[in-house]
Amino acid sequence: MNAMPTEPHVSEPRTETELISTLSARRRPRRLAPRGVPGSRPRWFVYGVLGVVLASALFPYYWSFLIGSGDSFTIRDPEMSWLPGGNFLANAAAVVNDPAVGFWRALGNSILSSGLIALSVVAFSTLAGWAFAKLRFRGSKALLVFVVATMAVPTQLGVVPLYILFSEMGWTGSIGAVIVPALTSAFGVFWMTQYMQQAVPDELIEAARIDGASSFRTFLTVGLPAARPAAAMLGMFTFVTAWNNFFWPFIVLDRSDPTLPVALSLLQSNYFVDYSIVLAGVLLSTIPLLILFVFAGRQLVSGIMAGAVKG
Amino acid sequence: MNTIPPPPRQARRIAIGSRPGRSRLDRSNLSRWDLKLSPYLYISPFFLLFFVVGLFPIVYTAVISFMDWDLVRGRGTFIGFDQYAYVLGQPKFWVALRNTFSIFLLSSVPQLLLAILIAAMLDQNIRARTFWRMGVLVPYVMAPVAVALIFSNMFGDKYGLVNTTLDHLGIAPIPWHSNAFWSHIAIATMVNFRWTGYNTLILLAAMQAVPRDSYEAATLDGAGRIRQFFAITVPSLKPTLIFVIITSTIGGLQIFDEPRMYDQYGTGGANSQWLTITLYLYDIGWGQWNFGRAAALAWILFILILLIGVINLFVTRRVVRDEGSGR
Repeated sequence: MNAMPTEPHVSEPRTETELISTLSARRRPRRLAPRGVPGSRPRWFVYGVLGVVLASALFPYYWSFLIGSGDSFTIRDPEMSWLPGGNFLANAAAVVNDPAVGFWRALGNSILSSGLIALSVVAFSTLAGWAFAKLRFRGSKALLVFVVATMAVPTQLGVVPLYILFSEMGWTGSIGAVIVPALTSAFGVFWMTQYMQQAVPDELIEAARIDGASSFRTFLTVGLPAARPAAAMLGMFTFVTAWNNFFWPFIVLDRSDPTLPVALSLLQSNYFVDYSIVLAGVLLSTIPLLILFVFAGRQLVSGIMAGAVKG
Repeated sequence: MNTIPPPPRQARRIAIGSRPGRSRLDRSNLSRWDLKLSPYLYISPFFLLFFVVGLFPIVYTAVISFMDWDLVRGRGTFIGFDQYAYVLGQPKFWVALRNTFSIFLLSSVPQLLLAILIAAMLDQNIRARTFWRMGVLVPYVMAPVAVALIFSNMFGDKYGLVNTTLDHLGIAPIPWHSNAFWSHIAIATMVNFRWTGYNTLILLAAMQAVPRDSYEAATLDGAGRIRQFFAITVPSLKPTLIFVIITSTIGGLQIFDEPRMYDQYGTGGANSQWLTITLYLYDIGWGQWNFGRAAALAWILFILILLIGVINLFVTRRVVRDEGSGR
């Protein structure tokens, strides 16, 4: 092991539990044991491959900035420059001011729906996950298996009745029809159950009970603080998924009152497609998530890696 | 560093779920009810909502699929399996099925191979590991609709980046839209762009769960890096690969956003070159406004997903069992 002999040896997280405890200790500088032959640094080709991967991950962003900062002629220009033009703000303004797109309404709808959905999924999942992970009750196993099984059910299976239901209620076209069906998530319950099983020691619950705490108080003082890191990750994933969701909002929303992806789809459905404006709109609609990524990308990475090991 | 303080010593001796201490007999009745009822109270908000917006629609889709649904009256008449027979009798359905599978295979196979390769690179003792890990995840935050718009532009037949580049190299342009196969490649590329990094991180987590001493032992035995990769890393990835394959099957067979945005009409091409099952479902339901048929198609899709899931499970069970007996 070549990583600083003076450091106390902290091994690479091996199991989900270890991974998760690594995640919850965010402040601690992580010294992970190196991999492979002791003492060997990877050769240049590793960085070469990773460099290519990173470049292709970023290229579409750059391409849309390149086209989005030009004019309608840029894409047809055989001598097209690889440096951005100066029209991005003008194109972005064209997107924002297009009455057929309704950008500000779309942005407001996306923020409102994704935020509410994330909050509600986290709340319901934490509560149910706590019960499934740490409390004993009749039928808990069967109910949990049932919840997990429904994760295989495609969205498409529900859209026809939901549409009929909402149109009878007069909700079609309103953002509520996007929010309500997404308020719960089977994945969320599964995720929180998995996490709490490992993160909360049973002894702590017993101790709270001995002290005379009611069941709900135990949840508030023991369960909730322990659940925080997993709840934050679940919230982020739910937010990103809801923000990017297209199929159901596209079906149920009016073109005049869309979410951002629905609004984006309108940019292209015109008879004449001006890609400088379409791709400026694409970037504009991605900026909020890019900001989220800058601040929380590290946690997204840990979340994906922590959730993965269960196989 | 754990944020949870160690539990007091005396608490450890009392098993969970046992009666509270004798000194608290006066409260035991209340807390027994508390213990028994509260779990149901905690799961009920989830299940109540879940039944209304999750389960009821699934069951009701089945009911509607056996009906000729009248949109105006909001009622249907029972007609048995006619809608299923109609959908299965449409040549378009079979084209959509072929396209869906073709796009699914073109996106999942290269994606998994790439993800394993990149994960193996990230698993090395590299500098700035968080930076690289975040880097591969950048595409994930972009909406599929946005990804589709960018790539549709790059795969444009006439002025697209790809064909322009090919032209510079003296290669004939590729018919990205009129040819079914090439349109599938273009759509699969969008899927691969967005999901490869995500799956890379999942596989990376699995690779890090492999005990490092295995590698050291193999090194002492004289096994090279490539040999180690195939003899140690790949076999230990199996459970995670199964997980990734099943989730990407469920997602891949539902593909809608990318083919919908691949051209400005969103109908899957003039000759249904890239019409997928969900695109077809949307057209039947909200283009032709035939809810009975759309519901039948939704159930056919679900049965397909289940079938493939069962096949997956069957195949992987055998593979895993072989693996176990080999040791």
